[in-house]
Amino acid sequence: MNNDLLFDFNVDKAAKTVYITREFSAGQSLVWDAFTKADLLDQWGAPAPMRAKTRYMNFEVGGRRVYAMITPEGQERWAVQDYISITPKTNFKMYNAFSDENENRELPGSEWDYSFSEENGITKVHIIIFNESFERLEKLLEGFKIGFTMTLKNLEDLLSTLSEKH
Amino acid sequence: MHIYLQPRGCITDDKIMKQDIFQAIADPTRRAILTLIAIQTLTPNAMAEKFDMTRQAVSKHIKVLHECELIKPEQSGREIYYHFNAKKMQEFDHWLAQFRQNWETQFNQLDQLLTTIKEQK
Repeated sequence: MNNDLLFDFNVDKAAKTVYITREFSAGQSLVWDAFTKADLLDQWGAPAPMRAKTRYMNFEVGGRRVYAMITPEGQERWAVQDYISITPKTNFKMYNAFSDENENRELPGSEWDYSFSEENGITKVHIIIFNESFERLEKLLEGFKIGFTMTLKNLEDLLSTLSEKH
Repeated sequence: MHIYLQPRGCITDDKIMKQDIFQAIADPTRRAILTLIAIQTLTPNAMAEKFDMTRQAVSKHIKVLHECELIKPEQSGREIYYHFNAKKMQEFDHWLAQFRQNWETQFNQLDQLLTTIKEQK
């Protein structure tokens, strides 16, 4: 892993806001794609051994992504993301809410603000998550189970399989 | 082997009325009460005096904090003293640490993916 890359995680409990900053060893364009294209998002957008599956994604203002997080046991947890604003390659904001598989949202959800900037080939991503309640934030983890036996090795295998296919 | 990443206490315990820990902490008066109680135990009367509030207003805040288990009452003679429950705050912090861990896992996955894509080019 790239241990020299910055990872900051701060929670302002009083403001009900989570601040995340992470650097990636790749250009801004590529990192932007990884956050905004369904086929790429699905390859990293759930912590292993969970996986993400996007049903559809219209990445445009007023557009929507409908996706599920799937546990190793096959349990699906659906969520809907509505895009509020998009400044290509620089920033996008969305409203995330959990839902059933028919897109019936459980409100309130949380507001997400993503910013991207590049310096010397390193792209910095800032994420701000505002939750109206802790219960909502808690739901971001609901159903998540961490399998200790399964490691990132599985993911590496998957990625090498994928790169062979390309 | 699996663990469920859910904080216990006011969030999941149905016996206690649902009270959101974020909501409890979000109120500036309740934060001030917590700060003060963390230093020394207080009776509701002493709190009312320190914050220049009515006994009724203090009771409301105490109720929220108590339901969230952020404070604990202790009877001493005829008075009830409230303690800061550091364990509850730790539980909350522990839960947040798990949340952070999930992000770390995802970002490491993204590192791998980015490397794979760059190698293909």
